[in-house]
Amino acid sequence: MTMHPILAALRKHKAGVVLISLQIALTLAIVCNAVFIIGQRVERVNRPTGLDENDLFLVTQQWVGAPSGDDPAGVEKLDVMQREDLAALRNLPDVASVAPSNSVPLLNSSWTGSLSLKPADTLGKGNPRTAYYFTDEQAMTTLGLHLVAGRAFNAGDVQHQGARDQRDRPVVIVTQALADKLFPQGNAVGKVIYSDGSAAPSTIIGVVARLQIPSTGSFGNDFAWYSTLVPTRLDASFARYVVRAKPGRRDAAMHAVPAALYAVNPMRVLDDDESVKSFADIRASAYRADVGMAILMGVVCLILLCVTAAGIVGLTSFWVGQRHRQIGVRRALGARKIDILHYFQIENLLIAGGGVVLGVLLAVGLNTWLMTHYEMTRIPLLYVVTGVLAMLAIGQAAVFVPARRASNVPPVEATRAA
Amino acid sequence: MFAYYFDLGLRSLKRNPALTALMVMAIGVGVAASMITYSVFRAVSGNPIPDKSAQLFIPQIDGWGPQQNRDGEPADALNYIDAMALMRARRATRQTFLYGLSMSVLPGGNQSLPVAVNGYAVYGDFFPMFEVPFLYGSSWSAAEDDGHAAVVVLSEELNQKLFGGTNSVGREITLDGHDYRVAGVARHWDPKPRFFALFNGSGFQDPTDFYLPFTRALDVQVNPNGNSCRGHLSFSGWNDWLQSNCVWVTPWVELDSASDVAGYRHFLEGYAADQQRAGRFAWAPNVRLRNVTQWLDYQKIVPTESRISLIVSLGFFAICLINTIGLLLAKFLRRAGEIGVRRALGASRREIYEQYLIEAATVGLAGGVFGLLLTAVGISGVSLLFSPEIARLAHLDLSLVGLTLTVAVLATVAAAFYPAWRAAQVQPAWQLKAN
Repeated sequence: MTMHPILAALRKHKAGVVLISLQIALTLAIVCNAVFIIGQRVERVNRPTGLDENDLFLVTQQWVGAPSGDDPAGVEKLDVMQREDLAALRNLPDVASVAPSNSVPLLNSSWTGSLSLKPADTLGKGNPRTAYYFTDEQAMTTLGLHLVAGRAFNAGDVQHQGARDQRDRPVVIVTQALADKLFPQGNAVGKVIYSDGSAAPSTIIGVVARLQIPSTGSFGNDFAWYSTLVPTRLDASFARYVVRAKPGRRDAAMHAVPAALYAVNPMRVLDDDESVKSFADIRASAYRADVGMAILMGVVCLILLCVTAAGIVGLTSFWVGQRHRQIGVRRALGARKIDILHYFQIENLLIAGGGVVLGVLLAVGLNTWLMTHYEMTRIPLLYVVTGVLAMLAIGQAAVFVPARRASNVPPVEATRAA
Repeated sequence: MFAYYFDLGLRSLKRNPALTALMVMAIGVGVAASMITYSVFRAVSGNPIPDKSAQLFIPQIDGWGPQQNRDGEPADALNYIDAMALMRARRATRQTFLYGLSMSVLPGGNQSLPVAVNGYAVYGDFFPMFEVPFLYGSSWSAAEDDGHAAVVVLSEELNQKLFGGTNSVGREITLDGHDYRVAGVARHWDPKPRFFALFNGSGFQDPTDFYLPFTRALDVQVNPNGNSCRGHLSFSGWNDWLQSNCVWVTPWVELDSASDVAGYRHFLEGYAADQQRAGRFAWAPNVRLRNVTQWLDYQKIVPTESRISLIVSLGFFAICLINTIGLLLAKFLRRAGEIGVRRALGASRREIYEQYLIEAATVGLAGGVFGLLLTAVGISGVSLLFSPEIARLAHLDLSLVGLTLTVAVLATVAAAFYPAWRAAQVQPAWQLKAN
């Protein structure tokens, strides 16, 4: 079959041809970028925090009328109150272990600083940022961290300080990512580092495989895995406790927490929904926008593809109706059904081909625009190629029904008036 | 004639239900997606204080220096030393310094369990500056600011909770163990976004419960609910911390004329230069003076999700319209014979044009009604995409209903220009001959 008659026919239907190819082009541009966004969001949401997240929950509470923690006596009083709370929680039947902590991954409440190999060195000379977790000797088992080198904290390492005080940090545990950044040659355990421009050394006593920082925003992107654990209880008028329930007993343990804490001291703020929060809930609210975005993009893509396919069906049906007589003539002159079918299929391939060429340009253009205005990366070729093949396939699928109807036009149509 | 064409339009829609349904659905889905995302965008990008947004300014002074600041921009808040220097200078018509507080109150006297409440420590100028309406009483006076008075302004909501909504002026409440006398009760006031307190807040948090005098809050050492510090910190305790580089105070000034603004900017630069000369800053003056709209813009208060989803929805709507153009073209030209007869019987091109535009408008109206249903369903589902505090801002009001229908009809009519023009070009003689 020669291309000539098809091209000649297309020239007669410029408007329809332009509309379909434009629609295919725009659909390709949007679907490619939308699927790319979905892929990125899914990847972001699925990255592990390094915690064993099952059976884990967080208690956040604030004392009323407690000392402010700005003088030594106040700090000691607050520390006693915190240890009473910890003991009460550890005594609950459904609780496996409890550790105090200023934050947990994905909570978006963080204490950040910088680490260096030299004393009194500041940020901005290649020294990495880090997020601190101030906790105690039960942190490893409670958070479910995986120690890859050195040792965990023991009770002797644990100090306490007022939240506004500065205290030396003789021992710390860092993540593997942070250890690799500070000591590219390896063997970080036993090495000395300095935190926040301090002159007091901190010895790395252990390395954990992975622990995400609390921040999920763009602020934390360049140090998402650079966490440092410090064996210190922070004493302030509020406190956070990370609780690991016994396997499968999380909800029961969460339910028992308010009564246990009120029994220790009723003068505290303990909201029902916010104060006792499962880690699953913390994760859900941290990534709500990402999951929502992925769902929105998915729905938009699906509807878009349906609309475009329906548009092709509609316009091709119109053309088939218009060309009834010509089809009859061709059939009468000896064209087989398959020839007519192929005619419409090739015609659609040509139109869709033009559309996808324009669509690829639009897709790359849209991606470039998103890159300059939002935090996006270059769209990989694979997405574009898949998108092109998918659009051509959808075009062929959509054209099949009207094309088959065309191929069923009997040769006798040629003899009838239009 | 309009009614007749409208009737013809309805008949034509009925004649080809599959094609009609396709067009109505495409327009409905397209317009609904755009309206749902627009309703959120409208809520988050609005001007929270339209009549004064050009007079209210937030001064920023870089107290961290090029080593510690982010991308050369001064911090989003001031440290205590700089804030107090601006406060004492009093170079603006009105000024307030504020910080966020998380405190507790005993709603039923001493027997009840404490409840968390959130508020701001502010100066008395805060209320007239931001046009806070009062239900009972009034704000406190400048003398009470200076006297570190133990007074409080309650929100209507907290007054309802604590005093059952009665006039509570002069009564006492206990916040974190300290007593305060109620000076006034503010009528419901919750600008979105909360432009004046974006430091450590998304701008869409829960409504504020109370306001305390800044001077009093410092006296009883109420912690700010967020502060940001840089470098090696060597302080310990409240007073040391006040003198540190930690930023936590949000300043606002009211400047009435362009010359006042220029004057204040000059004053800020002079202040920073003085600090450099005094050796407190080891860097050249780096100050900013942004008004409310500039500040919201700089803080990127509109969530990225909101912008991207609006753009995607509009692109989606455009595709739906292109689809509609193609289908209308098919639908109109299929009736070329009918058009030929009408033209031969004396209808002008203009009348054909009108008839088909009105037919398109009926399609658009049907699409708009369908889109309205989808919008109503979609708005209840926006919490899927946005955090609850933002999702609750999106709602279907009369203006959105009107906009949905108008956009659907206008867009469809615009899409029909070309197909209707093609229909009007049909040659009567040619059509009649072919038949």
